[in-house]
Amino acid sequence: MSAEAATAPVGRSLASPTTESAGAKLLLIVLGLGFLALFLVIPLFAVFAEAFRNGVAVYFEAFEDPDTQAAIRLTLLVAAIAVPLNIVFGLAASWAIAKFEFRGKSFMLTLIDLPFSVSPVVSGMCYVILFGASGYFGPWLDKHGIQIIFAVPGLVLATVFVTFPFVARELIPLMQEQGTSEEEAALSLGANGWRTFWSVTLPNVRWALLYGVLLSNARAMGEFGAVSVVSGHLRGLTNTLPLQVEILYNDYNFVAAFAAASLLAGLGLVTLVIKSLLEWRYGGEISSKHRK
Amino acid sequence: MSRATFRTPSALPGFGLTFGFAWLWLTLIILLPLGGVILWAGSLGVERLIQIASDPRTLAALKVSFGLSLLAAALNAVFGLILAWILTRYDFPGRRLVDAAVDLPFALPTAVAGIALAAIYAPNGWIGALLPFKVAYTPLGIFVALVFIGLPFVVRTLQPVLIDLDRELEEASATLGARRPVTLARVILPTLFPALLVGFALAFARAVGEYGSVIFIAGNVPYVSEIAPLIIIMKLEEFDYGAATAVATIMLLISFALLLLINLLEAWTRRRLGHVS
Repeated sequence: MSAEAATAPVGRSLASPTTESAGAKLLLIVLGLGFLALFLVIPLFAVFAEAFRNGVAVYFEAFEDPDTQAAIRLTLLVAAIAVPLNIVFGLAASWAIAKFEFRGKSFMLTLIDLPFSVSPVVSGMCYVILFGASGYFGPWLDKHGIQIIFAVPGLVLATVFVTFPFVARELIPLMQEQGTSEEEAALSLGANGWRTFWSVTLPNVRWALLYGVLLSNARAMGEFGAVSVVSGHLRGLTNTLPLQVEILYNDYNFVAAFAAASLLAGLGLVTLVIKSLLEWRYGGEISSKHRK
Repeated sequence: MSRATFRTPSALPGFGLTFGFAWLWLTLIILLPLGGVILWAGSLGVERLIQIASDPRTLAALKVSFGLSLLAAALNAVFGLILAWILTRYDFPGRRLVDAAVDLPFALPTAVAGIALAAIYAPNGWIGALLPFKVAYTPLGIFVALVFIGLPFVVRTLQPVLIDLDRELEEASATLGARRPVTLARVILPTLFPALLVGFALAFARAVGEYGSVIFIAGNVPYVSEIAPLIIIMKLEEFDYGAATAVATIMLLISFALLLLINLLEAWTRRRLGHVS
């Protein structure tokens, strides 16, 4: 802001040579904001407008549907299993990658990032190929009465896959930046490995960890494509909330569909607010760059 | 001996445990399942693979997915550049709010975005009613959804580069007599171009695999508005694992190639901007 003020025209019509004219600025701002409104903001408002189209009473009626309630519980359950698994993996992977030098590190990093560049449908499908009725291990699982696909374990696996990189890729750059000197100091003062981790490393990365958990949780609860493939769409049994939205929508039950969607949109908004607060408040303690 | 060259000695404990666990988990969750898909597709034989890949309906879907993803990423590159520019260079009321709003597509579950876009771009929707042509349930609807999910990739790739951009270059350009548009086109744009390409590639890669936000607005008309991921789902529902894995492998190969390309582009970006920041 002060930089703008310093380069602002002095006197009559001396335009600054290192910024655009006021007209060009206005045009760019209008173009950018218009595009954002058209593609991003209006859809968000539409979710709530459609959900409350027939009034507040009808909105809340949508949540009395036992299938929707079951979907909410299932979504919470799947996230409650998948997110902690990602935390454990993220901490282990970032400790190994950030604190040590070894061969094949960049290959490992590429593999961790891989789920981001795989289609969600393919993410779900690879577990169908392994554990589905005619998949590699399907007949064996069937003989032993274990069901993974079209059941909760499949939903958890697909969710873990799509949320795999979130925690690790927040922690790794930060821990690499922080180096190993504080841990070495703790060890030389007599702390053992676990104590060093709990009292030195973990407090140093706590905001980045929270940031990663937040994104991981939002994706876990909102995932659609991957869980759609492994779910089997059994009403009240294997439908997570996003899948329930699809079913209600395809049943032309639009108000109920948008009511269920409004819960997910609310979750997204809360995530966005906390994420922005973390970035403003603890930006330097999260990481130098935030993408995704 | 091999161990000594494998990793540099360190005073810190826990390498074996964390390294072993990370690889075990990577293998179980990522490598084995994806390997299974490729193995299944590989066991089909070349003839069957070509037969699946040249099925007109599959080909049409691949064309729709890749073609529209390119177009959507291109539009996002233009408007993502404008947004990144106004967010880093200009000050206007609500700038922080706008900055946070760019992440909406990351935060909003794809199914939610899908039904919302379908509702507003439908012929009787808020925006659809104003337009003289149909958007929802046509390829144009797919395009709208792909633009929605791709935008943040371009903006978030460009922002850090714009912040680090050396303003002295612009001042030098101005003192040498270049007008502002010339400086923008010949000094700033070439510096940003590698990052713009990376953002474009990321948006494109995401769009190719996107499913949730697309299927509600696409209409899913065979040969016209079916996307490649939908073909995979249909084949899986028919228990035709062979065809599903074949289509998926084609898409995975392209994803891999893109990831490689993105890494190369990033390296190129770093080299080019080595003198800045």
